[in-house]
Amino acid sequence: MLLYILKRVGQGLISIVGASIVIFFVSRLSGDPIVLLLPTEAPPAVVEQVRRDMGLAEPLWRQYLIFAGNALTGDFGNSYRWQAPALSLVLDRLPATIYLALAALLFSILLSVPFGVLSAVYRGSWIDTLGKGFAMLGQAMPNFWVGLLLILVLAIGFNLLPAYGYGTPAHIIMPAIALGWYPVAAQTRIVRSAMLDVLDSDYIRMGRAVGASERVLIWKYALRNAAIPLVTILGVYFAAMLGGAFVVETIFAWPGVGRTVVEAVFSRDFPVVQAGVLLTSILFVTSNLLVDLSYGLIDPRIRYDR
Amino acid sequence: MSQPLLRVENLRTHLFLKRGVVKAVDGVNLHVDAGETLGLVGESGSGKSMTSLSILRLLPRQSGRIVEGHIWVDGVDLASLSEEEMARDWRGRRVSMVSQDPMTSLNPVFTVGDQVGAPFRYHGLAHGARAVREAAVKVLRRVRIPSPEKRLDDYPHQFSGGMRQRVVAAMAIACAPRLLIADEPTSNLDVTIQVQMIALFRELQRDSGLGIILITHDLGVAASICQRVAVMYAGRIVEVGDVRTIYRSPAHPYTQALLNAIPHLGQRRRRLHAIAGQPPSLIDPPVGCRFAARCSRRTAQCDAEYPPEVELASGHKVACWRPGPEAA
Repeated sequence: MLLYILKRVGQGLISIVGASIVIFFVSRLSGDPIVLLLPTEAPPAVVEQVRRDMGLAEPLWRQYLIFAGNALTGDFGNSYRWQAPALSLVLDRLPATIYLALAALLFSILLSVPFGVLSAVYRGSWIDTLGKGFAMLGQAMPNFWVGLLLILVLAIGFNLLPAYGYGTPAHIIMPAIALGWYPVAAQTRIVRSAMLDVLDSDYIRMGRAVGASERVLIWKYALRNAAIPLVTILGVYFAAMLGGAFVVETIFAWPGVGRTVVEAVFSRDFPVVQAGVLLTSILFVTSNLLVDLSYGLIDPRIRYDR
Repeated sequence: MSQPLLRVENLRTHLFLKRGVVKAVDGVNLHVDAGETLGLVGESGSGKSMTSLSILRLLPRQSGRIVEGHIWVDGVDLASLSEEEMARDWRGRRVSMVSQDPMTSLNPVFTVGDQVGAPFRYHGLAHGARAVREAAVKVLRRVRIPSPEKRLDDYPHQFSGGMRQRVVAAMAIACAPRLLIADEPTSNLDVTIQVQMIALFRELQRDSGLGIILITHDLGVAASICQRVAVMYAGRIVEVGDVRTIYRSPAHPYTQALLNAIPHLGQRRRRLHAIAGQPPSLIDPPVGCRFAARCSRRTAQCDAEYPPEVELASGHKVACWRPGPEAA
């Protein structure tokens, strides 16, 4: 078990190093940050001077090694734009991102698990059709549009919820729905098909034969067997929500990592981009590891010896 | 004669499938007395499993339905009960089942203790976690699981095949049911475990007067533990009688053909006789005798009308126009 975790952490580190290389070089394809930092009429000599001071005159591979060396000590450099340490800029935004992703994940589970289970139990009935239609609708609508619709209806139309911002519990509702609706379709279908398999199994019939009520059979004995494929896909979507929430964060002015990174990309603020992406990749790797470890909790047959 | 434990009257169970209505059980009558084992034999698709699932009302939910008939246990017609009543008062409590494949009958992600304790919880026979555990230990001991108190928290995959079969049996007998339906309980087990299972059933029966319906296609297994045998063919019972009569002097040509298909020890040179042809479609069964197409004694009458059941001797009934011993 411990060996397995160490091995997985090692693999995760390799992924993170890979991500750091990609983000370092790709961000530099976006253009020269000096142009944005200095006034257009700045004399070429000053431009060169600034470039040297910022270390941007070095060859790229050298810049990467400097960056990587510093990053190991936790130093991601200062933001070009805000003149503050890039890492703390991003870390300050991290709780809001995790909060939003968890809320969106919860929303998607609250919809997909009941819909998936009931669709399987009442296969071919109106609830099956409704679940399918509802989920498809979520998958067909891009989250920025869902977000705008929510704002239009719930905030402006009925004045029920704040249109944007961060702070009270009411603020989380619309961003969580906008971000969490998309995965509902896939999750519902996974729960449905897993439950269909399980409900046909001998052990469910055996449970019925010794007097289990349908409620106990479905929500206790069947659902846990159907949980493994669900947890797998939840992990994937959770990681995607952590890293890919910038559209929703932008619409709702949510102070998360995604929005910070996107703004940093536009201003060619390389240290912030690098810190943000690396942090996201660490979260990604961690969430995948947690998913894999949770299998063992759900299914006792899964062991981590090898 | 006293009231039998189970009496099935004119049971008709249909499966409503896309390709048609399968008349899986088409007018079955049978009874089981307390302390008795009735063997229900027949080839795959003859309706023996559907008969047993009908008794427990565990038919496939989408397609299966009892369309006619009565299933009397203790003066109650199970065919008329609601799903809730079946679960609360009957399944696992008075009527129970050991299912076809013991290897897949246990839930892989719950402990054996949880699953064996479940019937006690469902039927309110033990209250609180500790009482349920004790009850589970007791019943596991009855089916001879070694040191059961240490194994309650193990999962099914940590048990061997024979032990798992015992665990399934323990679940089925936990609440001391009056009737146990054993659907091919030994077909996936090796012979030594089969023998142990059969011994276990016998012991249960002696201790508690349990009535058993043993469903099998293995006439050897049926002969070794049943008092009476009912032979099913294409959704109907074609012959029923005590085990000695059925094996020594079968009157229905199908029973005779089945017996001829069993290899006998010490008769190496004898050829085994396969039954030519296929069972009829149960979507559109023939009006006459269903075995007619494969029968050597077929007459015009066999094709025209289903034969009535005649009682050749006390308890020996056969549905055939020309019953009798096999022509030599």
